[in-house]
Amino acid sequence: MSDLAEVVLLTLKLAGLTTILLLILATPLAWWLARSKSWWSEVVAAVTALPIVLPPTVLGFYLLIALGPQSPLMRLLAPFGVRTLTFTFTGLVIGSVIYSLPFAVQPIRNAFAAIGDRPLEAAATLRASPLDAFFSVALPLARPGLLTAAILVFAHTIGEFGVVLMIGGGIPGQTKVVSIEIYQLVEALDWGKAHLLAAGLVAFAFVVMLFTLLMERRFWRMKP
Amino acid sequence: MIEARFNGRLGAFRLDAAFTAPAQGITGLFGPSGCGKTTLLRCLAGLTRMRGALRVGEAVWQDERVFLAPHRRRSAYVFQDADLFLHLNVRGNLEFGLRRAGTPIAVAFDEVIALLNLGPLLTRSTAKLSGGERQRVAIGRALLSQPRLLLLDEPLAGLDATAKAEILPYLERLHVAVAIPVIYVSHDLAEIARLADHLIVMKAGSVVASGACGGGAPSGAATDEVQTLLAVQTSDVTTGLALAALMAGLSPVGAPPVRPSTRPQARPAQDDVKG
Repeated sequence: MSDLAEVVLLTLKLAGLTTILLLILATPLAWWLARSKSWWSEVVAAVTALPIVLPPTVLGFYLLIALGPQSPLMRLLAPFGVRTLTFTFTGLVIGSVIYSLPFAVQPIRNAFAAIGDRPLEAAATLRASPLDAFFSVALPLARPGLLTAAILVFAHTIGEFGVVLMIGGGIPGQTKVVSIEIYQLVEALDWGKAHLLAAGLVAFAFVVMLFTLLMERRFWRMKP
Repeated sequence: MIEARFNGRLGAFRLDAAFTAPAQGITGLFGPSGCGKTTLLRCLAGLTRMRGALRVGEAVWQDERVFLAPHRRRSAYVFQDADLFLHLNVRGNLEFGLRRAGTPIAVAFDEVIALLNLGPLLTRSTAKLSGGERQRVAIGRALLSQPRLLLLDEPLAGLDATAKAEILPYLERLHVAVAIPVIYVSHDLAEIARLADHLIVMKAGSVVASGACGGGAPSGAATDEVQTLLAVQTSDVTTGLALAALMAGLSPVGAPPVRPSTRPQARPAQDDVKG
């Protein structure tokens, strides 16, 4: 039982960390995408959306190369004592961040775009600098989008399988997450434990979706 | 003194406007829809950037070398649909500009609350205000940012007759109570006649006339002159504008000055126009 708890805890840790990192990274990117008028911002938007379309194995394959000991990136990090990030928890976090990037960028970008210019102009005429207006007006108004992004990223990372399999394997306490564990339990014909984890994920997914829908409902009722 | 001059284009529209306005009282900026009133007002606030120059008193906000960003200009702007911050309640909106104004506070919070009767609304959500209440909060929010210039962009245009009647007395009080110059955009001559001390008339992106009303503008909506004007204005804009200028006692650009005898009767004391 304790090994199952370890797997679940690791999964939650991975999903939580990925969510926090993505909110920090995706918010400025989404802001720029929402405000930019240049056509090549759409090129950047398309690149960030790639993980939606690509099979996780393709993403995992390139990550395996990029995080492996032979990659230029890892050679840059060599002086800091980092030789490879494949089959490590850190590597898994990097992979999850890239894999779930579109699920953070899209809702936040839409939320920023929905605000429009007007509240920001009003803030400027009330002496708020652009940075001030971003924190005091844009972010609070985009709260529903930020919440949606956090829920989607968290849930998507919990459900991640292909990328983890490619770059993480299933090292207990390092990279063995729930989805991998279910796969291995089934292979080992341990259906009882597989049932437990699978049913747990179904319940989790249901609670997440219900919560999201209720939040949305509340938000729309708040709007004038 | 406010001295402004702007020229530039936005798509097919061309703005080439210059005016001077006194550093006190309400200056009405009047003209038919699409003549560039809002664009000119946005240029004054720095929200739209065009070539030109703008001085407000001693301060240069814009010239060949200088362009102050909107948040560095001490102008406050009231948008046509109020645009209150939905994530803040009424008090939060009112304090937004006040907290960022820095300098010694000339317009105090309690003063504005009393002037616009905002006390009962303070803890309300912005989503639960009527149109007229929203505009009152927006005007209060603008005043509290301690502006040197208050810009009002058709603040009554989106309101029904009842709400208009509710707000007009507050705007008239503003006049008396606050020593900030106001530029008031409207295409409704009755509104301008009631509020403005000074009038700027625009047409097709240019200022065609400007001058003091000096209390000589017709008051109330029932005056024959206003009705004639409004009737003419809808059918023939040019004639309407010329008439407007004449009625207000201005000299239209390129026309001989109006003789005093052709002016309408001076407006009596303010009391009998309260709505």
